Amino acid sequence: MNNPHHMNPRSLKSRFTTRFLRALTKIRAQKPISSSSPTEIFRRYRKIKVAADKSMAYSVRSRKTWSRAMLWKLRSRSHRRRPVKTKFRQSVMKNTKTTTTTGEDGVGFGVEASELRELVPGGEAMDLCNLLDETAHYIKCLTTQVQVMKKIADFYSL
Amino acid sequence: MSSRRSRSRQSGSNSRITDDQINDLVSKLHQLLPEIRNAHSDKVSAAKVLQETCNYIRSLHREVDDLSERLSELLATTDNAQAAIIRSLLMQ
Repeated sequence: MNNPHHMNPRSLKSRFTTRFLRALTKIRAQKPISSSSPTEIFRRYRKIKVAADKSMAYSVRSRKTWSRAMLWKLRSRSHRRRPVKTKFRQSVMKNTKTTTTTGEDGVGFGVEASELRELVPGGEAMDLCNLLDETAHYIKCLTTQVQVMKKIADFYSL
Repeated sequence: MSSRRSRSRQSGSNSRITDDQINDLVSKLHQLLPEIRNAHSDKVSAAKVLQETCNYIRSLHREVDDLSERLSELLATTDNAQAAIIRSLLMQ
């Protein structure tokens, strides 16, 4: 599985890399004349960040709640509609039971769990089991994202 | 009356399975965290694991931010040939 010379073309890593490189190429093609000004650098930084999140979310698609939530967020932002996030959250929360996370035996982690819900996309609507499971997958994807972006940045720095 | 409070002890198979499930998931998360500070990584409380998880996710977000900024500056200066080279090198 950890073959250093061949990348499985269907792995998350290679799906993300392909999409992200494609997005980077498009972003670079939009180069204006003053491509090194701080404003341009900031604008490109925003585009790259969105491209990174988009590439990751599309590589996972609707298989995970967090990626669905992220795709939802990205789409509603690009369509510039009224923010529908609250409606989505309310309609999902109606049908989801939230497991209580404070117990009598001292295994209480309600505060930490709600902190985690804010960090994981779509976390507010998940019950505790799903939250923990989705978090593990989200972390794996984030580390892949960081790993690939580092590699690309290092290549560009040569 | 006290059924809700003593749910984790008394009410039988449902919540006992859930508690075990939760402990499994928490330890699964624990294994994903960078083990820099944990001397006795066996007996960390669930709250600590979740706290460390939150910190780890935040630091990953920051890394993505920094890398996006770095890439933005690099894109200003490189030429087109490299993109093809990179793609072929990464996709081997």
